[in-house]
Amino acid sequence: MTGMIYPAIIMGGLGLIFGALLAFASKKFHVETDPRQANIRAILPGANCGGCGYPGCDGFAEALANGTGKITGCAAGGSALADSIAAILGVQAEKDEPKIAFLKCKGSNDKTVKNCVYYGEYDCRAAAVVPGKGPTSCAFGCMGLGTCVSVCAFHAMTIKNGLAVVDAEKCVGCGACVENCPRDVLVLVPRKSKVNVSCNSPLKGPDVKRVCSVGCIGCTLCAKSCPVQAIEMKGALAVIDPAKCINCGICVTKCPTKSITDRRTNEEKAVSAVKETISV
Amino acid sequence: MKLPSFWGGIHPPQKKDATVNKKIEKYLPKGDLVFPMAQSLGAPCQPVVKKGDRVLVGQKLGDSEAFVSAPVLSSVSGTVKDIALRLTSAGIYENCVIVENDGLYEKDPSWAPLDNYPEADPKEYLKRIREAGIVGFGGATFPTVVKLSPPPDKVIKWLIVNGVECEPYINCDNRLMLEEPEKILEGLRLMLRLFPEAEGVIGIENNKPEAIKTMESEVSKQGDNKISVVPLAVKYPQGAEKMLIEAVTKQEYVMTALPADVGCIILNVRTVHQIREAIAAGEPAISRIITVTGEAVAEPKNIHVLLGTSMRELIDFCGGFREQPVKVISGGPMMGVSLRSIDIPVVKSTSGILALTASNSHLAPESACIRCGRCFEGCPMGLMPSVLNPLVLMRDYKAFEETGGMNCIECGACSYSCPANRHLTQSFRDGKSTIMAMRRKAAVK
Ligand code: SF4
Ligand code: SF4
Ligand code: SF4
Ligand code: SF4
Repeated sequence: MTGMIYPAIIMGGLGLIFGALLAFASKKFHVETDPRQANIRAILPGANCGGCGYPGCDGFAEALANGTGKITGCAAGGSALADSIAAILGVQAEKDEPKIAFLKCKGSNDKTVKNCVYYGEYDCRAAAVVPGKGPTSCAFGCMGLGTCVSVCAFHAMTIKNGLAVVDAEKCVGCGACVENCPRDVLVLVPRKSKVNVSCNSPLKGPDVKRVCSVGCIGCTLCAKSCPVQAIEMKGALAVIDPAKCINCGICVTKCPTKSITDRRTNEEKAVSAVKETISV
Repeated sequence: MKLPSFWGGIHPPQKKDATVNKKIEKYLPKGDLVFPMAQSLGAPCQPVVKKGDRVLVGQKLGDSEAFVSAPVLSSVSGTVKDIALRLTSAGIYENCVIVENDGLYEKDPSWAPLDNYPEADPKEYLKRIREAGIVGFGGATFPTVVKLSPPPDKVIKWLIVNGVECEPYINCDNRLMLEEPEKILEGLRLMLRLFPEAEGVIGIENNKPEAIKTMESEVSKQGDNKISVVPLAVKYPQGAEKMLIEAVTKQEYVMTALPADVGCIILNVRTVHQIREAIAAGEPAISRIITVTGEAVAEPKNIHVLLGTSMRELIDFCGGFREQPVKVISGGPMMGVSLRSIDIPVVKSTSGILALTASNSHLAPESACIRCGRCFEGCPMGLMPSVLNPLVLMRDYKAFEETGGMNCIECGACSYSCPANRHLTQSFRDGKSTIMAMRRKAAVK
């Protein structure tokens, strides 16, 4: 019995000493953290998607607390989150427009010519380094190997028929897919922009035709038909400026290759049709 | 005696027999010639001719202001038919000047031998080399004049002529050493005038005993004690700059150093030969020697061909295909690029056309790494491919850089050695290019 007492006293004593030391150290070496950091971290979505450009939500919270982060930096949380962060930091939130990822390519498997059978790593970034820059004969279009799918923390991307498809409900506009697509064929567009050119090839008409039946051939019909001059020709590629575009959909009907995507709902179409008749 | 070599490396089958004894034949093109504007490392050229212009042999078709760039010259006389996008060996459509050959081969009069060239100011040589559009013919197509202009604080001690030709199947450098050794030596001597402190070394793998003998006897005939021939053990990738420096100078090469940092300049045999031709014979870089070979080719040959000639013509010249090829490669099997079509022009980097049949080109499916360590042994750069590979797949770019991934020279030795058929080299190219792209984006921001 007595054999137990000494070890118990020694262990207990050691515990007390170390406890005291720790208590002393935590006082002595105390680092002042901004309490706002923890508060902000608590309301961030916690997906750690990296879309803000910081190492995860923790990094973003720290950046916000020390004033280097942008209040609207978290696309996943949207404007509601920006408001709450602004409240914690006691500042006014300047609002960013909600954005959505958009694929500038319609060249699905049946619409394009493949240039080789690709056996390598199943990843667009890996495919982009083989000769020909990947398995599609158009060097600018979507390869459909799904890098964007694997980097999307919100499961908004899928591959269908060789093309990346954005799920508008799930996409929060964080831009991770845009950042990682080796073909730069994804862009972030404002959510309210509904009419976009679905082609990324700056090549001239015959060169596009050779590899794809739905690519922009640079005929300029859309640019000429646009009532507000929102379409600019960059080389032989039509580019719609979402800031000017009024989503009237006229260009969509003019395009001979059906390269312009119209994502308006039927109601939205009806509204702009009414506007059109009024203005005529 | 143990011959010098480098650390690591592999021994792929050589397969050089088909063309090793074939004399270089000259081929004149029948169809139109296509000149891609991006034929060298660095800035691509801009066309300096217009549709309908008449051009002469050696006339400039494209040029660029940039220092790291080399002009593209016409290899025939004729009319510029078009300036348009054409499929090139890079697998993409690139801007090309297309020239219709008039078959007269009328030469641009400005191309004459340099006056009194053995005594001329060496600076004149450099000007010539730039104007002649000379690039590294080994395959990297680095503009030669840039290589020959090291920073003034670097003392060049070795001028190494690369006669290694470690790529299986290819024989063009070997044949050139056998047939025109005197021109190679003369080119080397001219270049030695630029670097008075350097000695000239010709490195040749000893699977080319004839070439070693020929070059050695030529050196002793001319009695030059500043030039020597060094036979090297056979190993891939000995022809790579860093490995060749290690083998020849027996100094361990610091991974990130440039050749000039360790006092070396390396030129391919054909590059030295072309330098001599430009200076002493007034012949710009409008042709090259290529080996057309592979089991699918009826009659493999070494051909002296004008740049811009279609590969289809060359294959027809070799009797066409004996069997349907499953893979046609521009260059050798290790570092070459596979082609989508054979209607592709020969460019400065085309060292060979290799057509493989189904029986000698196969790709087994990838499986999990078995940690055998063969890739470690094969890697000439001392990297750890089986460690780097998952870093790319997990997209841990930081760790990839820290583990030395950026030093990979993409030689393919690891992929070749891997019994699990892992796509090692491809993943490193991916990792490297993604990191480079990220750096570029960061620089823009
Ligand atoms: S959008 Fe880009 S990343 Fe996504 S599948 Fe297409 S090419 Fe790949
Ligand atoms: S109408 Fe269609 S094909 Fe013509 S420029 Fe516009 S998007 Fe391109
Ligand atoms: S490809 Fe890169 S990692 Fe593989 S053996 Fe060559 S240098 Fe080493
Ligand atoms: S050679 Fe292949 S299987 Fe062996 S360790 Fe390297 S990656 Fe793994």
